[in-house]
Amino acid sequence: MKKILIILLLFNLKFGHVFSIEPEIFVQSTVNRASQVLSKDISKEDKINELKSIAKETVDIRGIGFYTLGSARKNLDNDQKLKYFILFEKYFLKSFSSRLSEYTNPKIEVQGKEVLNKNYTIVKSLLISTSERPEVKIDWRVYTKNPDSPLIRDLIIEGLSLARTQKEEFASILNSNDGNIDSLFKILEEFSEN
Amino acid sequence: MFNRFIIILLSVFVFSLNAYAGTDGKLDLSKKEQPKKIKDCFEKLNRATFSFNQGLDKAIIKPIAKGYRNLPDPIQKGTKNAVTNLSNLITIPNNILQGDVKLAVINTGRLVVNTTVGLLGTIDVANKMGFPKYVKEDYGQTLGAWGVGPGCYVVLPVLGPSTLRDTAGSFANVMGGDPWYNASVHGNNEFLSEGLYITSKAISGVDFRADNLESFDNLEENSIDFYASVRSLYLQDRENKIDNNQRGNVEVIYKNEEDWEEIDSN
Repeated sequence: MKKILIILLLFNLKFGHVFSIEPEIFVQSTVNRASQVLSKDISKEDKINELKSIAKETVDIRGIGFYTLGSARKNLDNDQKLKYFILFEKYFLKSFSSRLSEYTNPKIEVQGKEVLNKNYTIVKSLLISTSERPEVKIDWRVYTKNPDSPLIRDLIIEGLSLARTQKEEFASILNSNDGNIDSLFKILEEFSEN
Repeated sequence: MFNRFIIILLSVFVFSLNAYAGTDGKLDLSKKEQPKKIKDCFEKLNRATFSFNQGLDKAIIKPIAKGYRNLPDPIQKGTKNAVTNLSNLITIPNNILQGDVKLAVINTGRLVVNTTVGLLGTIDVANKMGFPKYVKEDYGQTLGAWGVGPGCYVVLPVLGPSTLRDTAGSFANVMGGDPWYNASVHGNNEFLSEGLYITSKAISGVDFRADNLESFDNLEENSIDFYASVRSLYLQDRENKIDNNQRGNVEVIYKNEEDWEEIDSN
């Protein structure tokens, strides 16, 4: 019985090891998938829909939503949190996919990684230059708390964090509206509907 | 003489505001390890100026930038190289003021090579010769490197986003800190003039705008508060430049991890 347990334990460890995904491989594979979609001969709307499904699988939208709301998240009740995440996901997917859909067949090379701590690894990559634009350095903040299922939490383009920009944008809206979360909800709704 | 007086007066005013802002704990960035929070003290005025600038951009600057983008590539590249080469004249004194004499020597070499062999800077010969990648420096960055806080965020008419520190830094250019300005405006030289100086600055602005036509449109289209997005990006960019963040220096770039550490979505 004891032997069986040890074998099972070893199998489990081996199993876990096999399926843990290295962050840089995860990023390269995500980029390749997005790149394939962008180079397809399909309508912009179809591209956006396919990019949205890739984002749902590979981006920690809920985590980014929490981060983006900053300290204001601590004041939300459960209903407000639920509403926020529904609205945030719509907003995020629309904003993210429409930003990406402007590119045609972008070539991104993953160049390396820096492990910040057990929860975060920064994967470094380069968007290769074309005749129309110079090369662009892109860092990916990958959330690695669950190594079997890494998730993207931020893109840092030439040192500029998209998540931080979004967070400061949300904070500005809340500040201009005396911290009223409903005004933010309204703006997110309007953005997603337009 | 009167113009100089006004400039000095304005600079003193800007510095004194900055010093006043520095008394606020949140703005005392001499403690470099503190997260950098910057107040938007004049937000209403800034937003109004931002709207004015957007109108100006749509009516004049963007169409010019689009036209510039249609020029043949060699002309665009030559123009970009020439204005970048001129910026060495501000970068070099700032390299020295920041204690980076080695880089000042390299940039001086770059300036000499590109101005002579590179036909007034239109060809970046230094790059082809293997000089290190050029990184611009300015007086605002030097003040930041010396520990002067950014002060309040401001949006300047036509010129766009800045901070009180960076605005004060810009005044240093016209108070003797920019040899190109000195030679053009005060040089008593038949080839150079104030008009040429202003033209060179305008070309530099158009070149920057032309480089960012799509990204600005994209940002505007996908922002729920475009003003706040631009403010955030400007301030992040300045922080990075003042810290001289290099790729690979992750402990510097990703130093404020507290906000991320407490996010657990699982």
